[in-house]
Amino acid sequence: MSIKVKFFANLRDQYGLTEEVVDFNEGISISEIWDKVTNRQKMPESIMIAINMEYSSGDVQLKDNDEIAFFPPVSGG
Amino acid sequence: MKIEIKTEAFDPLVEQQRYQASLDIQGKYGATAVFIGTMRDFNEGDIVKSMTLDYYPGMTEKHLQQICNTAAERWSLLDSLVIHRVGVINIGDPIVLVAVWSVHRGDAFDACRFIMEDLKAKAPFWKKEELEDGERWVEKNTSGYSKI
Repeated sequence: MSIKVKFFANLRDQYGLTEEVVDFNEGISISEIWDKVTNRQKMPESIMIAINMEYSSGDVQLKDNDEIAFFPPVSGG
Repeated sequence: MKIEIKTEAFDPLVEQQRYQASLDIQGKYGATAVFIGTMRDFNEGDIVKSMTLDYYPGMTEKHLQQICNTAAERWSLLDSLVIHRVGVINIGDPIVLVAVWSVHRGDAFDACRFIMEDLKAKAPFWKKEELEDGERWVEKNTSGYSKI
């Protein structure tokens, strides 16, 4: 199974990541995805997570072709 | 109801008038509430030269739509329009337009305020400020209700 992982704003600058495709086995957690993509960098406390473009607490069962996004608190308007 | 992300500068009052003219609500609305957010040349004690706005294509539009849908459920509205800039924004440029049409001012004012505050809290946009000596990401938005 594979998922798309997206990064936005300062996380792109900080980790040099924009979009990654990750192969995973069933049951993998969001934090394990984070570790895999960022090579075990510490996840920022203020991070926001979206799965398939909906905000998520991160405590979910991932499915094939899901899209995960990591980003900082929003600052539009 | 219309949501639009713009990559180029826009005139919010022209957009508001144009959209209003396209609606079949002439003679029906008695109140139009309009909010325009504009690019300042200062923030947190520093001079800001320009700003770049990043967003999450797909999710941003989806959440703006959800916010407007919620407003339409909570207040009696005839229509609403949200336009938000992305990309490089210069001093004095409009950043966001929220316009709401209703029969009476109470619904128009309250829904316009709600849409703007919810946008600031939830819509996935991020600002990077270009300062005189570098650049920085804006960490987060403060609540517009905090000074009431």
